[in-house]
Amino acid sequence: MKTIAGIPASYGVAIGPAFIFERVEMIIEPCNIQDPEAELKRYAEARETTQGQLDEAYAKAKEELGVEAAEIFSAQKLMLEDPELLSTVKSRVESDLINVETALFETAESYAQQLEAIDDEYLSARALDIRDVSFRCLRNLLGLVDSPAEGLNTPSIIVSHDLTPSDTVLLNKEYVLGFCTAEGGSTSHTAILARGLGIPAVVGAGQEIEEINTGDDLVIDGDAGKIIIDPDKKALKDFKARQVKFLKVQAEAEAISHEPAITTDGHQVEVVANIGNVDGIQPALDAGAEGVGLLRSEFLYLERKSLPTEEEQYQSYKTIADAFGDKPVILRSLDVGGDKDIPYINMPPETNPFLGVRAIRLCLTRPELFKPQLRAALRAGYGNNLKLMFPMVATVEDVKQVKLVLEECKKELRAEGHEVAEKMDIGIMIEIPSAAIMADQLAEVVDFFSIGTNDLSQYTMAADRTNAHVAPLASGFQPAVFRLIKTVIDAAHAKGKWVGLCGEMAGELLAIPILLGLGLDEFSMNPPAIPFAKRLIRSISFEHAQHVAEVALNLVGDQEIRDYIQEAVPEVNRE
Amino acid sequence: MPEISVTIKHEVGLHARPASMFVKTAAKFTSDVEVTHGEVTANAKSILAILTLGAHKNAEIIIKAEGDDAKEVLKALKELVLDNFGEHE
Repeated sequence: MKTIAGIPASYGVAIGPAFIFERVEMIIEPCNIQDPEAELKRYAEARETTQGQLDEAYAKAKEELGVEAAEIFSAQKLMLEDPELLSTVKSRVESDLINVETALFETAESYAQQLEAIDDEYLSARALDIRDVSFRCLRNLLGLVDSPAEGLNTPSIIVSHDLTPSDTVLLNKEYVLGFCTAEGGSTSHTAILARGLGIPAVVGAGQEIEEINTGDDLVIDGDAGKIIIDPDKKALKDFKARQVKFLKVQAEAEAISHEPAITTDGHQVEVVANIGNVDGIQPALDAGAEGVGLLRSEFLYLERKSLPTEEEQYQSYKTIADAFGDKPVILRSLDVGGDKDIPYINMPPETNPFLGVRAIRLCLTRPELFKPQLRAALRAGYGNNLKLMFPMVATVEDVKQVKLVLEECKKELRAEGHEVAEKMDIGIMIEIPSAAIMADQLAEVVDFFSIGTNDLSQYTMAADRTNAHVAPLASGFQPAVFRLIKTVIDAAHAKGKWVGLCGEMAGELLAIPILLGLGLDEFSMNPPAIPFAKRLIRSISFEHAQHVAEVALNLVGDQEIRDYIQEAVPEVNRE
Repeated sequence: MPEISVTIKHEVGLHARPASMFVKTAAKFTSDVEVTHGEVTANAKSILAILTLGAHKNAEIIIKAEGDDAKEVLKALKELVLDNFGEHE
């Protein structure tokens, strides 16, 4: 038995024989030719064969994954017949008298390298497409049968160096139990496809997977990101039990993902999504999100060289808010500083950035940063349910200052003749202990709270969550943090205001019974966690959760709380 | 040689689906069509050349055409861009 660690890319456990998916190495040898016309005729025929294969891939992708995913192959067809590419290949064959394979390979490679050189994730991915399609055409030219999947006639775990878009689409999914690749990250083609199909996957496992041979017994653990080669009897038995349980729980969770989150005794809460930009809309809706509890606006500011304009922000916020119709979308104003730096904003270095000028503190001193965002939000919120939320509020005075700027923006916009959201709910993040302690006063000046447990924990425990030596203190189930959460919820409810939670804790199944019992109104999490959270909430009673919360808050530490929840609420187990 | 100047408003810029649509539209006409973004000029009928322009959202591009249907192709491309590549909010 041997275990290889990789990156978890898609949930679940797969058990089965390995199938090594590698293609025959293609050797392109430059050689001189006599008859350019015959050479170009071969090229035309190879392109025609390739067209047919791409049509097949398009139809298959459309059926399995939808029109959008299939677009890749439509773009590859355009690349195959690209007039610039064709004329370069043609002129090289005619004037240099070289074989068409060499001309095509070198021309396509030069385009791929140009695309890779542009600092843009999307364009770099297109480099993979031009290679995918030109290699396909080259194999047709060389008469190589493209059948790395030949022999895949029994359900197997696909093991490969890396997979191209057409590889993943053209595989017969009936025989695919799971994927593991040496290369790739959690946003690679293989990872996205595996999640889309609900097949477990581990990617980026490194060269060690080359030791695996077709037919070896394998287990992949898509939760932990592990590949186990030749598991012993005990491990196999454990994984089989986990797999059975997981599949059952997953099916149950997916079946109810679009149902409301109501406990067995009729207490309803909201389950919403954390997203970063317009790309997050569809996954959130598909997962059953009842809105967006945290729209991280800083994503709009990252990976660029200057501030996004008001218009750009407006378009983006409006697209997202409109996509959710009358469901709430909570936009968090720019949260930078701490461990999140944006070079073009020129934040002066600080000895202690987590305790320095970050988030709202920065925005209040930089109107040129803050006002375009507020103006964009006020305009985008017209005709939908967009709400605004401010991070790193420490005092009531902070809220008053923010409201002054907001009023100023409203006045300006009206004077300019813009349509503005008349009544937009304003909330704050509770992540500084002072805000939790003073929640009763803050509840009078805002419409809602959203608890940011990642920061609230690190500030409460005085433990930097980016410092591995103390991070467990900051990411744990600390009774002190749960007690602060209780203070916040009680104070808000006393003033008729609601409370959400958008830290990682909201999606942690072990934490949900406690938070539910404390009276939390809204749980905001990454979309894949939503079905599981809803299933858990729908399977327990509010009365039991209240009891569990009361007991947990009187335990002494992290491990005691986890052990207690495991025992008191067996429904938290996903496997 | 007639030319027009337009600004790309689409969220993803002249990439992905908008780039494919742009190229497909240009290819329907017989005229030679060029697109300039900054200092780089590309054949409007070549998806690879268009992608390497790296024209993001809000990029201003100049389109030139020469041939029998030059006016028509410019009109069609202008409409496509102004229509936000058929996507409306």
